Amino acid sequence: MTEIQGDWPLYEVFVRGKRGLNHVHVGSLHAADDEMAVRHARDVYTRRNEGVSIWVVRSDAITASSPDEKDPLFAPSGDKVYRHPTFYDIPDNVPHM
Amino acid sequence: MTLAPEADESALQAAFDATIERHDRIEPRDWMPEAYRKTVVRQVAQHAHSEIIGMQPEGNWITRAPSLRRKAILLAKVQDEAGHGLYLYSACETLGVSRMELTEMLINGKQKYSSIFNYPTLSYADVGTIGWLVDGAAICNQVPLCRTSYGPYGRSMIRICKEESFHQRQGYELLATMMRGTDEQREMVQESVNRFWWPALMMFGPPDDDSPNTAQSMAWGIKRNTNDDLRQRMVDMTVPQAEALGVTLPDPELRWNEERQSYDFGSPDWDEFKDVIKGNGPCNKQRIAHRRRAHEDGAWVREAATAFAARTEGDG
Repeated sequence: MTEIQGDWPLYEVFVRGKRGLNHVHVGSLHAADDEMAVRHARDVYTRRNEGVSIWVVRSDAITASSPDEKDPLFAPSGDKVYRHPTFYDIPDNVPHM
Repeated sequence: MTLAPEADESALQAAFDATIERHDRIEPRDWMPEAYRKTVVRQVAQHAHSEIIGMQPEGNWITRAPSLRRKAILLAKVQDEAGHGLYLYSACETLGVSRMELTEMLINGKQKYSSIFNYPTLSYADVGTIGWLVDGAAICNQVPLCRTSYGPYGRSMIRICKEESFHQRQGYELLATMMRGTDEQREMVQESVNRFWWPALMMFGPPDDDSPNTAQSMAWGIKRNTNDDLRQRMVDMTVPQAEALGVTLPDPELRWNEERQSYDFGSPDWDEFKDVIKGNGPCNKQRIAHRRRAHEDGAWVREAATAFAARTEGDG
């Protein structure tokens, strides 16, 4: 198997800082398999109680938007100001809104 | 829409320049000039290698730490250095260099690490001095790098800076404890500070008029301060700490300059610095030989884990 000469696969690591928060991407690491990736993530990214839960996923399993398509991809939301609450005029004498 | 390649390239360059101009961050999949990519790879790799090689001088004292408390602290600190190396390798890999290539370049001497780790740790006081002065210098250097223009590098630095403070404080506390001990212990501290002071000041790199890459690195926002600025900051921060500790910094030219509101200080021996960088420091060969041996001795573990992963693949 030629893999032996090369690196272990790359994993992306996501940590939930505390209950009630989302998992957030913190970095990457190499591991031979999923279980080792979780163990390494524990050692590398949570030495000081930075997390209560870890997700790992192989980097090659992630599909990302391309920076080149940034404009066509996100432009459609640019001209829809009516999606924001500040678009609407409400009289000053209307409370709780 | 298809543009001629050169028009395309100049539009990309303009977008890159505008991002730098706004002090915004460059992210991994953004277009960037090849020279920018190379400079970041060189700097981040050198930084990562320094963390990894930096485990050796202090690791030398783990088995001989004088108490369980000190041993646990030293173990945690050396483990942090490994972690810092890994954060930085991870940042470097976002630029398309593999971990294996980085390790090879370190072992083959194609990439450098900080000159400071080529000095030996001759006494236990050196553990304290490294925490105080070497990690102190690293903090001076690293805090501004949290705002470096390459996103993954900056994020690694934020994580590292949070942990460095422990490193510096444990070192200072260790020295302060020895200074409250016997005359012999106080002499050990002074002797250690005498050996490490100048090499610690060399960590900021050559003087500005002899640092050819600084201007471009600052224009790109990779570096945020010049070498001499950071060195001055280090001296100004350290002098009062040395007074509180009761040690003398080995520089006869060191004195307060009222006009500049800063300390004047002497010049490190730059010939020595260049010689250590070239590979002729007291421990260069030993450090690389040790790293190479660890890498080679670990080969069977990497192979076994890979074979195990291949066999169990699909079981889950």
